[in-house]
Amino acid sequence: MTLLSIEGLGISFGGLKAVNDVSFSVKPGEIVSVIGPNGAGKTTLFNMISGVYQPGSGKVILNGEDVTAMSPHLLARRGMCRTFQNLQVFQSMTVLENTIAGYHLQESGHVLSDLLNLPASRRRAREAEAGARELLKRVGLERAAEREAGSLSYGSLKRLEIARAMALKPKVLLLDEPAAGCNAVETEEIDHLIAEIAASGVAILLVEHDMKMVMRISNHIVVLDHGEKIAEGDPASVSQNPAVIAAYLGAENAAG
Amino acid sequence: MSELLQFLLSGVTVGAVYALVALGFTIIYNASDVVNFAQGEFVMLGGMITVAAYAAGAPLPLAALVAIVVTAALGVAMNKLTIEPARGAPVVSLVIITIGASIFIRGAAQLIFGKQIHTYPAFSGDDPIRILGATILPQSLWVIAGSVAVFIGLWLFFTRTLLGRAVLATSNNRLAAQLVGINTTFVMTLSFALSAGIGALAGVLVTPITMTSYDVGLAFALKGFAAAMLGGMGNPKGALVGGFLLGLLEGLTAGYISSQYKDAAAFIVILAVLFFLPQGLFGRKSTDRV
Repeated sequence: MTLLSIEGLGISFGGLKAVNDVSFSVKPGEIVSVIGPNGAGKTTLFNMISGVYQPGSGKVILNGEDVTAMSPHLLARRGMCRTFQNLQVFQSMTVLENTIAGYHLQESGHVLSDLLNLPASRRRAREAEAGARELLKRVGLERAAEREAGSLSYGSLKRLEIARAMALKPKVLLLDEPAAGCNAVETEEIDHLIAEIAASGVAILLVEHDMKMVMRISNHIVVLDHGEKIAEGDPASVSQNPAVIAAYLGAENAAG
Repeated sequence: MSELLQFLLSGVTVGAVYALVALGFTIIYNASDVVNFAQGEFVMLGGMITVAAYAAGAPLPLAALVAIVVTAALGVAMNKLTIEPARGAPVVSLVIITIGASIFIRGAAQLIFGKQIHTYPAFSGDDPIRILGATILPQSLWVIAGSVAVFIGLWLFFTRTLLGRAVLATSNNRLAAQLVGINTTFVMTLSFALSAGIGALAGVLVTPITMTSYDVGLAFALKGFAAAMLGGMGNPKGALVGGFLLGLLEGLTAGYISSQYKDAAAFIVILAVLFFLPQGLFGRKSTDRV
């Protein structure tokens, strides 16, 4: 049962094929990692899947529906959420407000009832707040709930972004380098968090540089080099694959 | 005493108009960080379209409604035709685009409505109401009530409704807003419609007092902008207080010094305030993370 399938996705910038004919699929509860050397096209691939870039060729199928080049807010409504390598949080809102913003879609608030502050509106706001606090506890930020997001450390912001994405109750979660810039302890925390989210049935697509982390938590790995898929498989087989070793260490090393 | 009261009353009337214009600035600024200098043209359009509809035989309330709806639609068109195609451009470029749009609207209005000065009857007659020896026009009460009502509506909208908070989220971080499922294109359309509608309402209410012509927009835009800056750009409360303060300042300067100096006095005070409180009276301090 495939939840997200990527079919022959490609894009060119000028004459350069940044990503060329990449296909793979993700099932519910599975952690699929996209790895590759710097400049291999990982983030570009992510940007195409999540609707930030319009792919030059290929399709993105979510739950049987063609969602190629659909804008991020519509993808969010269909259960696909992502985080960014360079963090996209509401800096001047509090941590709690950031997370509550993730409940935006479930709060089917009516403008008039909100304006009059009717009981239904208040109840909904209370529910969103309770849910948001629960999520913050899960990512270990419950004590920072009232702080302004801009004052948080990088590692905490990474977790805040995950909490906000979780508030949307996603079916597919795209994480772009969730452990980048985090220390060893923070990386391990994020590690556990991702495994836990996957265990709850969410399909996870991960771009990550920390190889130890990738090998530890992935079910399936897709390797990109120069925009092309050069290998895919479980962590053990990918780490033994000569093409992958060549891409990472240089061809001469692999030959010798 | 009655003299002071008279100056205060006329100051409050003018201030209410500035507050409405400043509220219009606030909405678009909140959604996009853009200061829309065509805001004054919306005020002009509100008055002009009412004049045209009234002259065509529509009863005054209907003419006013038509003016507000048509101006709101023009605001949406301005967003679709000028701001949306330039999305991703720096804010400064967008601000310059709004200046261009305002010049275009002024030119078009001159061609369509001519260069004459127009007006229409006040809503509740022209008999001044006496308060402690001073007088106020019934139309002034309309203007004041209009700006307070719009303020309350906007305040509730931004603090209580999901849509209002979606507007604030969009201004804070557009990409993050999209990630949580906010349709940011719709948010922009809505803000322009609201802003233009509120600007038009200001024009509709004030025209019986000040009269209107194709070129009144620029003065409204400058004063409304000054009021919004004084109160703190982006804050509805700041826009309201800034507007009334500016109006009172003008009223008092015109009364006690000379009406020739009223603009200068207003701008000098604003400069002084911004020198000591760069974020305005109610502005939030900006925290940029690098």
